[in-house]
Amino acid sequence: MTEAALAFHRRIDAALADAGLRRALALTAGRLAGGRAAAFDALTDADACRDDARRARAGAIARLDSLLDQFAREASARGCTVHWAETAADARRIITGIARERNIRLAVKSKSMATEEVELNEALEQAGVRVVETDLGEFVVQLAADRPSHIIAPIVHLSRQDVATLFQEKLGATAADVADIPSMTALARRLLRAEFLQAGMGISGVNLAVADTGSLCIVTNEGNGRLTSTLPRVHVALLGLERIVPGAADLAAVLTVLARSATGQASSVYTNVMTGPRRHHGGPGAGPAGEPDGPEELHIVILDNGRSRVLGTPLAEILYCVRCGACLNACPVYRLIGGHAYGGVYPGPVGSVVMPGLHGLEDWSELAHASSLCGACRDVCPVKIDLPHLLLEVRREAASRQLAPLWIRAAMPAYSAVATRPRLYRWAGRAAARLARLLQQDGWIRRLPGPLGAWTASRDFPAPAARSFVEEHQARKAAAR
Amino acid sequence: MTPRPTRVQLFVTCLVDRFFPAAGHAAVEVLERYGVEVHVPSDQTCCGQPAFNGGFAADAAAMARTTIDVLSHSVDPVVVPSGSCADMIVNHYPGLLAGDAAYGPKAKALAARTYEFSQFLVDVLGVDPAAAPSGPTLAYHASCHGLRGLGLREQPRRLLHAVAGERSADLPDAETCCGFGGLFAVKMGPISSAMLDSKLDAIERSGADVVVATDVSCLMHIGGGLHRRGSRVRARHIAEVLADPGHD
Ligand code: SF4
Repeated sequence: MTEAALAFHRRIDAALADAGLRRALALTAGRLAGGRAAAFDALTDADACRDDARRARAGAIARLDSLLDQFAREASARGCTVHWAETAADARRIITGIARERNIRLAVKSKSMATEEVELNEALEQAGVRVVETDLGEFVVQLAADRPSHIIAPIVHLSRQDVATLFQEKLGATAADVADIPSMTALARRLLRAEFLQAGMGISGVNLAVADTGSLCIVTNEGNGRLTSTLPRVHVALLGLERIVPGAADLAAVLTVLARSATGQASSVYTNVMTGPRRHHGGPGAGPAGEPDGPEELHIVILDNGRSRVLGTPLAEILYCVRCGACLNACPVYRLIGGHAYGGVYPGPVGSVVMPGLHGLEDWSELAHASSLCGACRDVCPVKIDLPHLLLEVRREAASRQLAPLWIRAAMPAYSAVATRPRLYRWAGRAAARLARLLQQDGWIRRLPGPLGAWTASRDFPAPAARSFVEEHQARKAAAR
Repeated sequence: MTPRPTRVQLFVTCLVDRFFPAAGHAAVEVLERYGVEVHVPSDQTCCGQPAFNGGFAADAAAMARTTIDVLSHSVDPVVVPSGSCADMIVNHYPGLLAGDAAYGPKAKALAARTYEFSQFLVDVLGVDPAAAPSGPTLAYHASCHGLRGLGLREQPRRLLHAVAGERSADLPDAETCCGFGGLFAVKMGPISSAMLDSKLDAIERSGADVVVATDVSCLMHIGGGLHRRGSRVRARHIAEVLADPGHD
């Protein structure tokens, strides 16, 4: 096994041993999954809605190049500055550059997994820009010097008490400040308001870009997204290059299923569509007085960072993903080990395809094995991504590059060689059964050798039958004749 | 409407053949009870799922070809007492052999006439088993691939309810994976065990005497866990329950 795979297994063991984590996960992921189920049950044509959303995403990915060109053109025409970042380092360089040139000291951020992916905060801090996370969950993550463990619920791994303790330690909060969730929220809001007013730059991700108008759609449940994108003078939006739709109709198709899948809401509390920076006078729709708010500069950084690598491959379907997090909440593995164990920015079923697909099989293919292929993720994905199939594709690619453990690499071809020769198979089956029966005690084996010992660590294994079904069946038929 | 088949081929799967022959014999008994002649091709081996799920496509394809050969001597429907192996044949063989000019079409033809056992009983034969006057309380665990791959939701429940009636226990999270997943159980032993633990807790809390499933793979996992715990609950295949519903 590679060092990366071993590290993954160590993180799994640590997560499984953490009872508090298991409780917190069961609670929040369970609540989100329940909300999602109720929201879709309430839709009369839930399946058709998912089909529409899938069609919108599939259509966009099929002509991604031309949509991106169109988007860049339209956004530029409306006064945006469009940047292209091929790698995470490019994105960091571009954004820190924007900050440096404008002498920006403070940036406020709304929640964005893409900025996590490129590790933007660290880069900005190094460039002398203080970064403040304004999404409540991300605010807590930042305070704890932690990492988000879920795509949409970054602190799913923490309990309310964990957060209360953190606020008392780091913010000097009083007992009254942390008495309940509304009080804690109020405290964070007080602290953040001052930051919003002083920040020179706002940073956000993008849920979906709309090609024909060059618009950015950002959905949030807290007002922070809107404040981030309207108050500071400069706004930077980091857009994963696959997150695009041709027009408003397809945007609507995706929004219909997005919040329902994420939290069970019919729609998020704030659905923000930004088209260009603030228009001052007389522009179309701006009125004679101009727009009352909005950034003076709107920079859009279009991020590749491995995404184009999967275009045209069997993994391309993962680019349909709209990062709702439903597959995490549905996944029995995620619900046990949580997001940090996966080791990458994107955990759960989607992460187990995204990380190896976009960021390299060598380091990440083991993630694709952390699934029983039960298919619960596919059942909830709002764009019907066949996640188990994609996990199999990753496993296939990994196997072809000799990344599977040696014993499996040896066992599979051997098993296949035997199973394709029925007479040899019967003979070998009898021999193996005889051998295995030496280990049994009243029909069960309590301890298996080698790698199979992982089974008997917690479960008994049935002893093989002395006579196989086919043999016995033939004997019975012969006797009956 | 196609006429009711009078003959089937039984593909028992490698696990039934070697580990749970009783489930195979029970499947024969039940099918014969409903007037179906059962042919057991003696050359049958393994559907190839272990290799397929491990990412070893070439090895899986080789086993798929063998299985297709074994089951193509006749055009009789194929009945499989395992949702995941039936799912493999129905939903994965055609894709796996799509580029194979000789076996691609055969894979599709086989997929079209392959059924999981309870699916065949309900959807094809339309059986409605008689209620058993007494017997153990049953809980039903929905095996993942049958459930999500073949849409087996109502069929097994209907059969079990017909024989057990009020003696049906409600299993919480019946549609959550037991953590078997083939090699997953070994490669990811600790996660698999933790998933199993939740399943076993739910089973024991349900008050059932017997937990029933359509797949012996899950039953081998759940049964092995119950045995390790020293639980009084036993794991049985749906064919065994239908063959002898009073047995506990
Ligand atoms: S893969 Fe599907 S379910 Fe998972 S985050 Fe993406 S859109 Fe949501």
